[in-house]
Amino acid sequence: MHTRRELISQAAAVAGLAATVGMLPAAAQAAWSQAAFDAKSMADAVKALGGSAPAESKDVTLTGPDIAENGAVVPLACACALPGVKRLALLVEKNPNTLAAVFDLSDGVESNVSTRVKMGQTSQVFAVAMMADGKVLFAQKEVKVTLGGCGG
Amino acid sequence: MADPMRIRAQAAGDKATVRVLMSHEMETGQRKDSAGKPVPAWFIQEVSASHNGKAVLSAQWGPAVSKNPFLQFTVKGAKAGDKIAVSWVDNKGDKRTDEAIVS
Repeated sequence: MHTRRELISQAAAVAGLAATVGMLPAAAQAAWSQAAFDAKSMADAVKALGGSAPAESKDVTLTGPDIAENGAVVPLACACALPGVKRLALLVEKNPNTLAAVFDLSDGVESNVSTRVKMGQTSQVFAVAMMADGKVLFAQKEVKVTLGGCGG
Repeated sequence: MADPMRIRAQAAGDKATVRVLMSHEMETGQRKDSAGKPVPAWFIQEVSASHNGKAVLSAQWGPAVSKNPFLQFTVKGAKAGDKIAVSWVDNKGDKRTDEAIVS
């Protein structure tokens, strides 16, 4: 027969074990910046990625549809006309977590990437370029979503 | 092991356009199943690409990237016959690498 005290200490031990097991994959993939992906706004996400305050720039281009029929698949492309781009990021303002994707570019690729993202609702979309000299530039565009891509 | 990626790399002039289609569920962790339980997040976190063995691009993705993700980038100085390799790791530690030859 277990006493109440024993039961509580066992429960705590199991919880502790579960937490340890849960932590393992996170520790193994330290390169993935959890803080940046948890950020709720563009400024926070850029800060978590180690960038300064972003400034809007015409040299960054964000290509996407004006109206996306299906929010589950919204094609977005970002490019930067200036040399020395270190990083390109795609963000969707009204998603539960703003940051969608970050690309680390080397000299071997052009600063032009495209992918597809999910959007929960009509929102501003940002393309952020982090330059080698520390400048952070961005472009924005509104994408209207007729059918959200985050719901069930 | 996940399904193979489909990679196409096409040379045009002194660069090559690489298009990658990965096969992955990309579960956000926001959805609920029919019993009302949340579906745990399962998505590709890290993607990297190399040209002839030299790393050229790496990416970190959140769950907001679409199911069966598409990725396009342009490799400078790539010509026909060069090797492009792309690999990903998801948040469960599953990984996959595939290669394609630039045509």
